[in-house]
Amino acid sequence: MDDLYREVIIEHYKNPSYRGHLDPHDISFADNNPLCGDHIQIDLRVNGEGIVTEALFDGHGCAISQASADLLMESIIGKPLEEVKKLNKQDILDMLGIDLGPVRLKCALLSLKVLKAGVYGLGEAGDDLVE
Amino acid sequence: MTLNINEIRKDFPILQRETREGVRVVYLDSTATSQKPVQVIEAMNDYYRRSNANIHRGVHTLAEEATSMYEGARERVAKFINAASSREVIYTRNTTESINLVAYSWARANLKAGDLVILTEMEHHSNLVPWHMLQAERGIELDFIPVTEDGLLDLDAYKSLLTRTPKLVSFTHMSNVLGTINPAAEIIKLAHKAGAVVLVDGAQSVPHLAVDVQALDADFYAFSAHKMCGPTGIGILYGKSALLEAMPPFLGGGDMIKEVKLRSFRPNTLPHKFEAGTPAIAEAVGLGAAVDYLSSIGMERIAAHEHEITEYALERLEEVPGVRLFGPSADKKGGVAAFTLQGVHPHDVAQILDQDGIAVRAGHHCAQPLHEKFGIPATSRASFYLYSTKEEVDMLVKGLYKVKEMFG
Repeated sequence: MDDLYREVIIEHYKNPSYRGHLDPHDISFADNNPLCGDHIQIDLRVNGEGIVTEALFDGHGCAISQASADLLMESIIGKPLEEVKKLNKQDILDMLGIDLGPVRLKCALLSLKVLKAGVYGLGEAGDDLVE
Repeated sequence: MTLNINEIRKDFPILQRETREGVRVVYLDSTATSQKPVQVIEAMNDYYRRSNANIHRGVHTLAEEATSMYEGARERVAKFINAASSREVIYTRNTTESINLVAYSWARANLKAGDLVILTEMEHHSNLVPWHMLQAERGIELDFIPVTEDGLLDLDAYKSLLTRTPKLVSFTHMSNVLGTINPAAEIIKLAHKAGAVVLVDGAQSVPHLAVDVQALDADFYAFSAHKMCGPTGIGILYGKSALLEAMPPFLGGGDMIKEVKLRSFRPNTLPHKFEAGTPAIAEAVGLGAAVDYLSSIGMERIAAHEHEITEYALERLEEVPGVRLFGPSADKKGGVAAFTLQGVHPHDVAQILDQDGIAVRAGHHCAQPLHEKFGIPATSRASFYLYSTKEEVDMLVKGLYKVKEMFG
């Protein structure tokens, strides 16, 4: 388990570096995981070249969902939106450094779904965004 | 007389299994679905090995055997809940479908725009969404009996709701989150005095309490087999025959008809009027075996055992720093303990407990509005049944200390 709750995950859950809101922002989106009520909001600032300059998340949920959101924010700062659009399930699992069953996978992927729905300007953070 | 718990546990093969090497399962999720005794598993197995055939129309030996097993189970269910007749016992897929049957058939024939339906704030989604759908379609009005801080229904507020002459009162006999056992007889009596029909969601009560639908004077009473030691895929809608007779059919198809012409049909008599198509025959046989099993032990003894475990569990959980329990005291509730652990999300609690084989549920337990009321997104929930032991409660508590240490 000790795999699932690696120190890095507990640490990002308890002391996130990228929790908060950006006002003003260029992109903002929020959605829930209907299974467990986890909630993630993501705010981004993007410069003229389409590069993410600032990224913060807020929300509530389990350690996996919140830690993956924090790690995801860290990873996209300085990246062009075109690259953000290409992020998928495996990228998140690589960041977390763990393997997850189908139920907890939804927790881990919520922030990526919210991010991509925001970047694409969609109304809903669907599962198809992270396949 | 107390239960011989060791003997009972031997009836449930799954309780012997390990979820990983050297880790025996500690099943504390019976509110979601109960485990199945070997008597039920064997009854269904025997049915498929010896008697499988389609029911009602066939005249051959297997068809007659299957029919009498299917109908025999109905008789036993009727006796188990003390229905006046087995004609009042309709097989459905589960509690959800039973409630939907009332919403589609009775309510669409009897409710019009502006009619009031009273529900409660502690309902499972299955007793909310069918009424939301009817509200959108028909313009009925919904109002809710509030839940007090200690997890009870506010009966004074209920009485004032009743002055608005509701057409239907639909409520859960026992909350799947708080465990609250609601005063069903009193709620029904007050509803009848106000002229309302009453539907009771008995998904959590029938498995754990002796339920007598006639003594309660319930008009409709819904429950599922899978929470009472029976199989998934079958549930019951009990209804008073006068109401059921007057209702239009629900689903159309084979078996629910008396006569079919190219352009018309005449519906069958009760209970078949509401059972279209080939039903869950093996599951009915399994439900019959589950009723026999529970009856052989005795519902009063089962309730007493669960009460003892629940009282102990609440006491032990209260000792754990950071644990917040939801719902009333043990004397007012069934075998459910929903809680939060400060600083740790319920999913993390459940996941870490799982490492020691302890199965609890985490989430909103299909009662999102109730969680919103208490200002929390989710809880962890441990629940108990006739096979639960105090040792299992001890393991849960030990597991929670381990969670605290990890998140410390």
